[in-house]
Amino acid sequence: MVYLLRVLCMLAFVVLAPFVGGLLSGLDRKLSARMQGRIGPHVLQPFYDLYKLLQKQILVVNRYQVMLLLSFLVMVVGTGALFFGGFDLLLVFFVLTTASMFFVLAATVTNSPYAELGAQRELIQMLSYEPMILLTAVGFFMANGSFKGVDAFTADLPAIVKLPGVFIGLVFVLTIKLRKSPFDLSTSHHAHQELVKGVTTEFSGALMGVVELAHLYETVFLLGLVSLFFISSAWWSIPLALAGALLVWFIEVLIDNTSARVKWNQMLSSAWIITAVLGGGNLLVLEIIRMLS
Amino acid sequence: MPTISKSPWMMHYDGSSCNGCDIEVLACLTPLYDIERFGVINTGDPRQADILLITGGVNYHNESVVKQIYEQMPTPKVVVAVGICACSGGVFKDCYNIKGGVDTTIPVDIYVPGCAARPESIIDGVLQAVELLARKQTEAESATAAEGEAQ
Amino acid sequence: MEFCILLLILLPFILSAAQFATRSESARRILTYAGSGLVIANTLAVAVLWYTGGQGSVTLPAEGGLLTEAIVPFIGYGMLGVEILLLGVVLWKCISRRRFLIATLALAQTGLMVWLELTGKIHEGAGMIRLDRLSLLLCVIVGIVGSLICIFAVGYMKDYHHHHTEVADRRPFFFSMLYIFLGAMFGLVLSGSLVWIYFFWEITSVVSFLLIGYTKDDRAMHNAFRALWMNLFGGAFFAAAIAYSAMKLKTVNLQVILDRPSRTIGMVIFLLAIAALTKSAQLPFSKWLLGAMVAPTPTSALLHSATMVKAGVYLLLRLSPVLGGQVAGVMVQFIGGLTFFVASLFAITHSDGKRVLAWSTVSNLGLITACAGVGTAETVWAGAILLIFHAVSKALLFQTVGAIEHAIGSRNIEDMHGLFRRQPGLASALLIGIAGMFLAPFGMLIAKWEALTAFLTAGGISVLLVILVAFGSATTMMYWTQWLIKLLSVPAGTEEESDPTTRSQWLSLSSHIGMMLLLCAAYPFYSDWFVTPMLLDMGFERVVHVLSLSDRVVMVALLAAIFLIPAGARIFAKKIHFDRSPLYMSGVNEGDHRHYEDSYGQPKKMYLSNWYLAEVFGEQKLFTPIAWASVVILAIGLIVAFGGAF
Repeated sequence: MVYLLRVLCMLAFVVLAPFVGGLLSGLDRKLSARMQGRIGPHVLQPFYDLYKLLQKQILVVNRYQVMLLLSFLVMVVGTGALFFGGFDLLLVFFVLTTASMFFVLAATVTNSPYAELGAQRELIQMLSYEPMILLTAVGFFMANGSFKGVDAFTADLPAIVKLPGVFIGLVFVLTIKLRKSPFDLSTSHHAHQELVKGVTTEFSGALMGVVELAHLYETVFLLGLVSLFFISSAWWSIPLALAGALLVWFIEVLIDNTSARVKWNQMLSSAWIITAVLGGGNLLVLEIIRMLS
Repeated sequence: MPTISKSPWMMHYDGSSCNGCDIEVLACLTPLYDIERFGVINTGDPRQADILLITGGVNYHNESVVKQIYEQMPTPKVVVAVGICACSGGVFKDCYNIKGGVDTTIPVDIYVPGCAARPESIIDGVLQAVELLARKQTEAESATAAEGEAQ
Repeated sequence: MEFCILLLILLPFILSAAQFATRSESARRILTYAGSGLVIANTLAVAVLWYTGGQGSVTLPAEGGLLTEAIVPFIGYGMLGVEILLLGVVLWKCISRRRFLIATLALAQTGLMVWLELTGKIHEGAGMIRLDRLSLLLCVIVGIVGSLICIFAVGYMKDYHHHHTEVADRRPFFFSMLYIFLGAMFGLVLSGSLVWIYFFWEITSVVSFLLIGYTKDDRAMHNAFRALWMNLFGGAFFAAAIAYSAMKLKTVNLQVILDRPSRTIGMVIFLLAIAALTKSAQLPFSKWLLGAMVAPTPTSALLHSATMVKAGVYLLLRLSPVLGGQVAGVMVQFIGGLTFFVASLFAITHSDGKRVLAWSTVSNLGLITACAGVGTAETVWAGAILLIFHAVSKALLFQTVGAIEHAIGSRNIEDMHGLFRRQPGLASALLIGIAGMFLAPFGMLIAKWEALTAFLTAGGISVLLVILVAFGSATTMMYWTQWLIKLLSVPAGTEEESDPTTRSQWLSLSSHIGMMLLLCAAYPFYSDWFVTPMLLDMGFERVVHVLSLSDRVVMVALLAAIFLIPAGARIFAKKIHFDRSPLYMSGVNEGDHRHYEDSYGQPKKMYLSNWYLAEVFGEQKLFTPIAWASVVILAIGLIVAFGGAF
């Protein structure tokens, strides 16, 4: 029964995530526009964009680009599917890292100056968020006694009760992972002309569509990760988890619209300090409590 | 079905503009005019742009640049010349370094006159460009379809 | 069986003598192929005999065997003689180069050993040689990887002297040293007596000194002496451990010592642990391994991957069943964890391929050290798996970088730009090696996953280690990806170049690639039937699987996926219609994608460099404070251990 449910969740993610992600992205743009006193595009705008991109001519510099980018997409979908299938969180994150690496390589294989610049910044971004992501998995292990996402559903209490520090740390690095200001260093939806489009500079037409699609999958996966903090064995934890994910999503949009970009070294040091103090501190306190009791 | 009309991404290139038109182009993005409500994104990358928006005339130095950027845009694509200088060279027409309007270098689809061009007319030009894009896309599709049948 | 085991130690020494006498190139080639073949065959024979012979531990001297108790004392005197000989070599080198401090260090420890031996303080007892699963594992690694490196060296050294005419051609000496090294390693892992281990330990120290100084120029000698003093420093602690156990515990058999109540052996364990830390280049003793990079590649490959540094972690793994509850264990795990993180930071800042590999070796050994230091069955399991994967993939990487250096004339990562098109074969070998070090379904990552899980299961103070590992994983990812970026950035119009790599080199490289893929694919099986019983062998009582079978199967499925996905994507990519377009360079691409037009209208070459962050994580900035921090950890450990012992 549980296995069937897990398989269904994986399938649901693969099929539905682009729609959910697209809708969230559309709402994001609408909400951002309203925060700035604009009308903003249609809520379905991301779908229009995606549809258009997939139909445009594809211009490439070399053919490796296509191969690496498609591998990236498959890996991202795989990451999310493994996550929603309730597999080991460390496994999920390792696949996520591999996916990001494919993305970086797809950009640099062109030998393009702007893509290379973006890719180097993307690496710094990965360097910044990666420790916190791993510590999140560790946190779940310490809270639920297992790395498996599915075991959160048997916990007495939502993990956030034990992991407030880890939660805040994760939300912090989520801003990097979602490519939101102030950490949208490697590429951005808005024009930041010094790096053109950064990592995605050499992707045109359907290739850019692949990037956008992967981003939708990634958004849903990351919000899923946030919602896991609220899951417990009680039925009410599921609506709570949805509400929590939405709240975090709103906070991210708010941060995006109220902050200016920072330099890479500020990003790196702030992310690492938050990771060590809030994430690491939380875990240490948890372990001390466990040893005392 | 033409899908491009709902998601026209534009790229702005400054030829030899006095910056008057550039300011007006940027004004289109502000809350007052909000060109994004039509789905327009001002991207910096020709590879992801559908509309090339050029302000100012073309000079001998950037002629090759304009050509190369145009070449790097995927089809279907349209070019909008914004301001009188981009349309014909304007007051700089006879300058030693000016080649003339944008159409001396690449094919221009929409001309938006004015010195500087008003945001309203720029938006109007962009929306006409969008219609043209949709037409180009339909033509391209029917051409491929015909080709497919011929094979 | 017994004959094969003894031959394992003796054969490399015999080969070494033969190599020393061989002067012609063709004879050396034949001798090396045959010799390495023999060593590999012998290693496999021992493994097979062990498997068919009941898979139990073998202890020598045994009743009615070749090695009788009567011979043992004579071997002891023989060893003492060799040690004095080694001391002579060291003294001669040190005094001729005016390194009196190092000479004193050498004199002190050998003097201590001679005194112990001659005054009869050492009770040798039985069990001079002991073969169990852990030593068998190390034997297989040393035998196969080490022998392949010797084969690699044939082609490499010929080419090396072709390029470096300024270096005196001392190949007979070089090859004989390589084989002595192999023999010493076999001896080290097979010995059950501390005195015997120490003997082989000192041989590796001195031989590595001679090998690092092969070119005899100032830089080489400087680095060689650094390696020497650090290893002798460790050796001094080893000698002290022997003295302590001989006088206080009345035995020098390692297994017997480990079986004593943990309260009485704290001091010995502590001293041995420090010796092991120096050998495996942990902080603050990491610099010698970096210095060893000046030597020709086979030396660095041999020293780093298969042998020398593995001796240190081997000893720590041996000690691990008792490290758990000891001061030494806490010290070792923190030194290891710190080294894992800090060395990976330093690896980011270098563009010299061999230096990156050296720091990454230090870093990975740190992780193994930390695993041994925690000392639960789960962590040691992870440590053993790390050891296996690291040996193979690091040997592959070092050899490939050496081959690349000959092919393109540089080992700088920046010069490997577009190597994937220029040298597809070598670049692929490097790619596989790198993937093996950090990508999702490959060995090192599986092992890291296990290590993380095991640290958490161990709980307590190991949670701090988990935090270090989390940071260290991110930095590890960074330097490997940077390297991959360079390999795969292909400027348009890059042509394939001819590959000067000799057949003997390719034989070694392809064997390593094959082994690595096999190790990854077969991982769920041998982790069960070999590693688990190995832990029981070593004295752990209960072994729980760190990763469930389903997780391990998912990993192997991923291994298939990582090959199938790009292959599938490639087929799919062929179906998509796409057009080529010039590289975007703000519209000033000169047309060849390598030059752009500057503001004077002149073509200018574009140069893309990686971002090495040297000003953030550089050694100049961080090494000294971190080294002092680790010295403090050692000092605290020393004080607590002394306090507990007396």
